[in-house]
Amino acid sequence: MLSVTVEHRLGGFILDAAFDTEGGLTALFGRSGAGKTSLINAISGLIRPQRGRIVVDGETLTDTERGIFLPPRRRRIGYVFQEGRLFPHLTVRQNLLYGRWFAPRDGRADDIDPVVEMLGIGALLARRPANLSGGEKQRVAIGRALLARPRLLVMDEPLASLDEARKTEILPYIERLRDAAGVPIVYVSHAIAEVTRLATTMVVLSEGHVAAVGPTAAIMGRIDLFPLTGRAEAGAILATQIAAHDAKFGLTLLRSAAGELRVPHLNLPVGTALRVRIRARDVMIALRPPEALSALNVLPGIVTDIRRSDGPIVEMLIDCAGEALVARLTRRSVEMLHLEPGQAIFAVIKSIAFDQHVFAGAGPPPASADIDTTLD
Amino acid sequence: MNQLFTFSPEEVTAIRLSLRVAFWAMLCSLPVGVGIALLLARGRFWGKSLLNVFVHLPLILPPVVTGYVLLLLFGRQGPIGKVLAETLGIVFAFRWTGAALACAVMGFPLMVRSIRLSLDAVDRRLEDAAGTLGANRFWIFTTITLPLILPGILAGMILSFARAFGEFGATITFVSNIPGETQTLPTAIYTFTQVPGGDIGALRLTLVAVAIATTALFASEGMIERATRRVVGL
Repeated sequence: MLSVTVEHRLGGFILDAAFDTEGGLTALFGRSGAGKTSLINAISGLIRPQRGRIVVDGETLTDTERGIFLPPRRRRIGYVFQEGRLFPHLTVRQNLLYGRWFAPRDGRADDIDPVVEMLGIGALLARRPANLSGGEKQRVAIGRALLARPRLLVMDEPLASLDEARKTEILPYIERLRDAAGVPIVYVSHAIAEVTRLATTMVVLSEGHVAAVGPTAAIMGRIDLFPLTGRAEAGAILATQIAAHDAKFGLTLLRSAAGELRVPHLNLPVGTALRVRIRARDVMIALRPPEALSALNVLPGIVTDIRRSDGPIVEMLIDCAGEALVARLTRRSVEMLHLEPGQAIFAVIKSIAFDQHVFAGAGPPPASADIDTTLD
Repeated sequence: MNQLFTFSPEEVTAIRLSLRVAFWAMLCSLPVGVGIALLLARGRFWGKSLLNVFVHLPLILPPVVTGYVLLLLFGRQGPIGKVLAETLGIVFAFRWTGAALACAVMGFPLMVRSIRLSLDAVDRRLEDAAGTLGANRFWIFTTITLPLILPGILAGMILSFARAFGEFGATITFVSNIPGETQTLPTAIYTFTQVPGGDIGALRLTLVAVAIATTALFASEGMIERATRRVVGL
């Protein structure tokens, strides 16, 4: 669907990245300065790479060898900028209609209402961008890009300039966009919580190079990428389904291939598919089934890999009935328990560890976990 | 006292001529001014600083010099004036059109400067955004850039009009001081001060000049304020 190969030198920085992706939401993840924005600027035609080839839906947009370079306006790629970039002299309605006017007539949306409704911006139509909150601006920017009937939507850290409350306000709209609008999205972010919640595919960028590409769950479970995905927040993604609510203790029971999890009450109906990020730092290891322990979640598994280092921290990969979990322990604990690959252990997770940041929303599970949920 | 408000036909002619000259000077230099401002603000070409200096010349040269250069170039025997007269039948020398040309040239640097400053202030990322939405360069300019620089254009127009309305040196050098043809308000005042008993006429025209200039300034302030509000979207 999208195939990108780009080589571009900007001063001392060299961008040399290539990846392919199929629909859904592809996250370009990496630290600031990793080349994420340069890469989507190349995709949207705002920069002309020195060498490269960019193909969307079979149409070549850039091919330096064949001398092809389509200007941005001919690419039909919607761009949602970090700062919104709404036109200050136009009303919200005029902003929304701006791209629609230039869109091909046959593919033109007859009606802006579905998009306006999906983004909840109906009450803002007569207002000017200067009078909107940051979150409202971003929703209008998304609507404006969408109404130009793009075949691909690129979003450059659309939540970066917003506070936590505004982020929480917008995330569901982006999820809806991913699941309902049918437009593939390339989403740039350096926030792991956003990426794990939204992305079906992840491209990890580091210093201008692609370090890894793959389904989000598979990438997040790779301990060798922890230095890039961020140690503190890193963790595996588990595809789960809400099995029951426990009203007495205010808990919700989640079922996954790895076992059952009890988490603080979630206000979602039974049967909802949910992606949960289990942070490596929240996982404890026991050699025997623990007794007299307050933690509610105990998942049996087998150690598959231990990434040793000279530092005090060791990361290990655990296989829980086919699902990958990652755990972060001290080197001391690993040596005291004589942990080795192949060893059967119990992974223990406190219910309290499941705060709002680890739930990846009520979207479809990541591509790699599709089979597990359809079995339920 | 009554005498102060009784305008002679010559005076009325001079006032009307001044308004006409200033209006056409402003209007005709507007598209050129926007073009040159765009070139200076956005263009990258050899000799850009030279063009910049050339545009600003009328501001720093003595007006008499500018008028004399115009006379050399656009006079009946001048290289440009001759061609224009023979091919298109346009004559500047000693006509009101010549006065308009002189005034336009004198007001031009002010107009270009004002438009260029507002162009420099335009957030070019908004133009990029319009490009990703499918707009070509023409539409980006007309729907994004032009509305955003409107306050600067209005300010430039007013400055150019005011400069043209008060122009004296270049006008009198280029097209002389012919009543009914090239005698504008400032040159008429000058004439009054040169003849015995002309004081009252000079005073009358001075008051008119003050009134027109103040009105123009008030109107422009209001227009610029409204346009600026529109641009920042409040």
